Amino acid sequence: MSDESHEAVHRHEVPTSFIRKYIFSLDHKVIGIQYIILALTAVVVGLTMSVLMRLNLSWPGTHWPILATLFPTGAPGGIMNPDFYLSLVTMHGTIMVFFVLTTAPQGGFGNYFLPIQIGAEDMAFPFLNMMSFWVTLVGFIVILAAIFVEGNSTIANSAVGLWLGGGSGATVGPIGGWTGYAPLSAVGAAAGPGQGAGMNLWIVSIAIFCIGSLLGALNFITTLLNMRTRGMTLMRMPLTCWAWFTTAVLALLSFPVLLGGGILLLLDRTVGTSFFIPGGLVFGSSVLTTHTGGSPILWQHLFWFFGHPEVYIAILPGMGATSHILSTFARKPIFGYRAMVFAIFAIGLLGFFVWGHHMFISGMSPYSAMTFSILTLSIGVPSAVKTFNWLGTLWGARIRFTTPMLFAIGFVSLFVAGGITGLVLGQTSLDLPMHDTYFVPAHFHLVMGVASIFGMFAATYFWFPKMFGRMMSERLGKIHFWLTFVGVYCIFVPMHTMGMVGMPRRYANFGEYRFLDSIHPLVVFVSIAAIITALVQLVFYFNLIWSVFKGKKAGDNPWEATTLEWNTSSPPPHDNFAGVLPVVYHGPYEFAVPGAPNDYVMQTDPRGSEAPVAEGTGGNGHNGHKH
Amino acid sequence: MGRALAVIIWILTLGSVSLFFVKKWWFPEAISSHAAALDRQFLLTIIVVGIAFTAAQVGLGYVVWKYRDRGPNDRATYSHGSNRLEVIWTVVTAVIFIGLAVMGQSVWASLHFNKAPANSFQVEVVAQQFQWNFHYAGKDGVFGRTDPNLIDDSALNYIGLDQADPNAKDDVVHSVVVVPLGRPVELTLRSRDVIHNFWVPQLRFKQDLVPGMNIHVHFTANRAGKYELACAELCGQFHFRMKSYMLVLPEDELQALMVLPQDQFQARVTELLAKYPLPVYEQ
Amino acid sequence: MATTVTSTRPLPKQGIGGGPKGRGPNGNGVPRNGRDRDFNDLQSSANRYRIGMWVALASILMMFTALSSAYIVRAASSTDWIPLKMPRILLLSTALIIISSGTLEAARRRLKDVAGNAYKPWLLSTLVLGLGFVGSQLLAWRQLVHQGVYVASNPHSSFFYLLTAAHGVHLLGGLVALAYLSLRRRAPRENPLAVAKAQAKADAVTLYWHFMDFLWIYLFVLLFYVR
Repeated sequence: MSDESHEAVHRHEVPTSFIRKYIFSLDHKVIGIQYIILALTAVVVGLTMSVLMRLNLSWPGTHWPILATLFPTGAPGGIMNPDFYLSLVTMHGTIMVFFVLTTAPQGGFGNYFLPIQIGAEDMAFPFLNMMSFWVTLVGFIVILAAIFVEGNSTIANSAVGLWLGGGSGATVGPIGGWTGYAPLSAVGAAAGPGQGAGMNLWIVSIAIFCIGSLLGALNFITTLLNMRTRGMTLMRMPLTCWAWFTTAVLALLSFPVLLGGGILLLLDRTVGTSFFIPGGLVFGSSVLTTHTGGSPILWQHLFWFFGHPEVYIAILPGMGATSHILSTFARKPIFGYRAMVFAIFAIGLLGFFVWGHHMFISGMSPYSAMTFSILTLSIGVPSAVKTFNWLGTLWGARIRFTTPMLFAIGFVSLFVAGGITGLVLGQTSLDLPMHDTYFVPAHFHLVMGVASIFGMFAATYFWFPKMFGRMMSERLGKIHFWLTFVGVYCIFVPMHTMGMVGMPRRYANFGEYRFLDSIHPLVVFVSIAAIITALVQLVFYFNLIWSVFKGKKAGDNPWEATTLEWNTSSPPPHDNFAGVLPVVYHGPYEFAVPGAPNDYVMQTDPRGSEAPVAEGTGGNGHNGHKH
Repeated sequence: MGRALAVIIWILTLGSVSLFFVKKWWFPEAISSHAAALDRQFLLTIIVVGIAFTAAQVGLGYVVWKYRDRGPNDRATYSHGSNRLEVIWTVVTAVIFIGLAVMGQSVWASLHFNKAPANSFQVEVVAQQFQWNFHYAGKDGVFGRTDPNLIDDSALNYIGLDQADPNAKDDVVHSVVVVPLGRPVELTLRSRDVIHNFWVPQLRFKQDLVPGMNIHVHFTANRAGKYELACAELCGQFHFRMKSYMLVLPEDELQALMVLPQDQFQARVTELLAKYPLPVYEQ
Repeated sequence: MATTVTSTRPLPKQGIGGGPKGRGPNGNGVPRNGRDRDFNDLQSSANRYRIGMWVALASILMMFTALSSAYIVRAASSTDWIPLKMPRILLLSTALIIISSGTLEAARRRLKDVAGNAYKPWLLSTLVLGLGFVGSQLLAWRQLVHQGVYVASNPHSSFFYLLTAAHGVHLLGGLVALAYLSLRRRAPRENPLAVAKAQAKADAVTLYWHFMDFLWIYLFVLLFYVR
C-alpha cells in the first residue's frame, strides 16, 4: 500500500470478552456474520417448508410417516391438511422474503463489506448496527413462535395463546400468504383456521423486522455519505456500494409504510377498528356488526407500496455483487460504470411507482392500472441495460472460471430468465389470465428468489477467504454450482407452463379440476427437481463449515482483485485497516490496464495517477481519530 | 469449464424455449369474444420474450465460450464502455418494452372502459367461503332486495334474499353460473366475507370479488358448453375446493331455464351439467 | 498492507482510469478527494449525527405519509365517518410545542458558547414544555374518553388516537434525548473533536424536536381542518 500520510484510527477498543467480541459485538464484521448465520438458519426452515409443500402437491394422499410423527395435528396419518399446507405457503414466503432475502444480501454482506470497501473503520453508528441485528433476531423468533402458538392447541388455548388473540384450530401457523390480504387476515378467528394468535404474531414479527431494517438502513446511508476515505469519490465506489446504498434508501422509504400498515391491521384485529374491514361481513350466518366501512384495497396499496421496492431490496445487492465479481474474474473493467450506477438508481426510483401492477385485478381504477403498466415495463429498460453491460464486460474478457464467477454468470442467466417474463405480467391485459397462477411464482422465484440467492452464493465464495482467511473448496463449489444451476431451471421454467394452463397458486390440491389434469407430470418433475436441488445445498453447507476449519489458507488478495477489502489482512483486523486508512487513486475495476505491471491495479496504487489531494486539505471523514 | 458452461446455458435455453412450443401445455381454448385479441397479444409478447431470452442466453454462452483466460501474458481488452452503445440499447429496449405495454392496453380498455351493452344478461355474484352463489333475476328481470342480516346458510338463503320483496319471488340462486351464448353478460361481483376471485380459464380474465364493493365485469361467451370455475384469490382453508361450473347455453335453452322457479331450476341445471361435457383437454 | 504489486514501473498517465473520453465512466481522471468539495475535518466526523438525523426523519416522515394517505382514503370512501369535536386542550398542546421549539433553538444557540451554562435554563424549559405537551395530549384523550369516544368508535376517532399515539411515542424519544442533553457534561474545550460532536448531537436533537413540532401542526391541521 502507499505510504501517504494517514491518520491513525482509534475507535472503540478491541473487545476482549467473548460476549462483547462475538455476541453483543459492535464490530460491523461480526454483525455481518451474525446476519449471515441468521439467514443460513432461516433459509433451512424456508427450504424445508417448500419441500414439504412439493410432497403434498405432487403426491396427494400419500402417507408420509415422517410427517405424521413431526406434525401430528397438521398432517394426521401423514397426509397434509389443507390448512397446514397454506400455513407452509405463508411461512415459506414470509421467512424467505424477510429473513433470508433481506438479511443476507444487505445486513450480512453489506454490513461486512460496505465499510471496508469505502475505507471506513466501522459503520457510523455501531450501537444502532448491533441493535438492528438483535431486533431482527427477535422478529425471527416471533415468527417461529407464530407457527407453534397456532399449531399447538395446548399453547393456543392457554392463557398466553388467548392473550395473544386466541387460537383457532389445527394448523401450524397463520394463513394469508406473505401478502396477508385483508379482510381474511383482519377479522380474526371467524375467518377460519390460521387467523388467530399466530396471525397477530405474524404481524408483530413483521413490524419488528421493519424497525430492525430501518436502523440498518439509517446506518448504511450515513456511513456511505459520511465515512468514505480519502480519494473515494462517489464515482470511484465499487458497484456493490452503490447497490447497498440504493437498497438502504429503498428500505428506508418503504419499510415505514409497511410498519404503518401493519399497525393498522393489528388494530383492526385487536381493538376493533375498521381500517380494512368493510361493514356487513357474514361469517357462518352471523353478521360481523363490530366493523363498518373499511377498505380491503387500502391494505393492498400499503402492502404493495412496500412490497414492490422489497423485490429490489432483495435483488439489488445481488446485482452489485455480480457486477463486482464479473469484472474481477473477467479481468476487465466493468462495462459502462456510469450507466450501471444510473440503472441502479433508475430501478430504485421506478420501483416506487409500480406497486399497482400487483393489483390489476383487485378492482382499483382501470386508468391507474394503465399508468402502472407502462411504468412497470419501463423498469425493464434499466434492467436490460444492466444485462447488456454485463455481457459487455465479458466481451473481450479473459475469464477465470472460479466458483464465484460461475455463480455470477449464473446470476446473469437467471436474472434474464426470470426478469423477462415481467414483460408478460406487467401488461394489464395479459395479467388477466396470468394473475395468481403459477406463472407468477415462476417469475418472481427465478428473479428475486433464485437470482438473488445466486448473487449471494457468488458473494459467499468470493468473500469467504476475506472473512475467514481460508478458501472454500473449489471442487465442492463447482459441484454445488452445476447441480443448482440446472436444478433451478428444471424447477421454475415448467412452472410458467403450468401457469399458462391455468394452475392457481396457493391451492393445497388440484384433484378436482379437469383442466389441470395434463400438468400432473410437470408437477411431479418439478417436485423431484426441487427435492434434489434442496439436497444439493447440503454440499454448500458442508463446504462452508469444512472450509472455516480446514480450507486452504488464503492470502490477503487471493483473487487478485482491486478494491479496498483486498488491501487488508484476511480476516481484517478489528478496525479494518490496522490503524492506517487507505487512500484511493482509481476507480474500482482497473483490470488489464495497458502498460501496468500486473493485469490489475489496486485502488490504492498511486501510480498512473496524480496525487489525490494536496497534503493537508483534508477530505477524509476520519480525522476525528487523529491525535 | 467455459465451454461446458456455454453448452449447459444453451441446452437450458433450448429446453426452456421448447417447453413453450410443445402444444401439450398451453392455454385451454378460449371461448370469449375478447380472448382472440388477448391471445394474439400474448403470442406477440411471448415471441418478443422468447427472442430476447434466447438472444441474451446465446450471447452469454458465446462470451463465456470465447473469452476464457489464456495465461498471464494475454490480457483482456481495456475498455470502460461505450456511450454510443449505452444510448442505442437503452432506446431500443425502451421502444420495444413501452410499445408492448401500450399495445397490451387495448384488450384491457375494451373490458374496462366500455359499459356493458344494454341487452346484457345480468347475474349477481355473491361469493362466500368456499362457495359460489349466482343470483338470477327470474321472469320479471328484476333482482329482489338482499340484506346481509337475512343471510341464513341453514335455510339455504346464502345471499340474504328478502322474500318479502315482491321482486324476489321469482329470483333464483344457484352455485352454477349460467350465461347465454353470443350475448354479452354482465356480472355484478360481491363478496360476503373475504376476497375471492372469479376465474374461468377459458374466459381469459380474472376479477377479484372484494367485500364492501360492487364490481362489474362484462364479457361475451361464444361457445356453448360446460366450463370449470375456480377461485383464484386465497380465501382460507378450503380455497382449493371453491369450485363450480359455468354453463354457456344457447339463447332458447337459457330462456327456458330462466323462467323456472328455484327447485325446477336446480333440477334442470343438474340435467344440463350432465348434458354438456367438459372440453376435451390434452392428457 | 500486503498487495502483490511488485513492479515500480510508472503507469502511463493517459491510459489508466481513462474511459472513452479521458475522464471516463469509471470515475477516474478526476484527482479529487473523497468528498465532492472541501470541508472542515472536525465537522466531518461530527456530521454523521446530522446526516443520520435527516435520514431518520425521512423514514419517520414516510410512515406518517402512509398513515395520512390511509386517513385521506378512508375519509373519502366511507359513510361511517363521524367527525370528532376537537378537544379544546389541543390548542394548548399546540401552543406548548411551538414555544418549546423556540426555547430549544435558544438553548442550541447558547451551546455554541463553549464555556458558559447559559443554555441550561432554556434546555430545561424545553423539557418542561415537552412534558406539558404530553400531559396536555393525555388530557385530550381523557376528555374524549369521558365523551365515550374510544379507539374503535368510528374511523375518525381511530385515526385520532392512532396518530396522536404515534406522534407521542416519537416525541417521548425526543424527551429522552433532551434529558440526555441536559444531563451530559460539557465537552472539554481542549478537545475540539468532542466539542464538535457535542454540538452535532445537540443540532440533531434540535432538528428532531423541530420536526416533532412541525409534525404535530401537520397532524392537527389534517385531523381537524381538512375534510
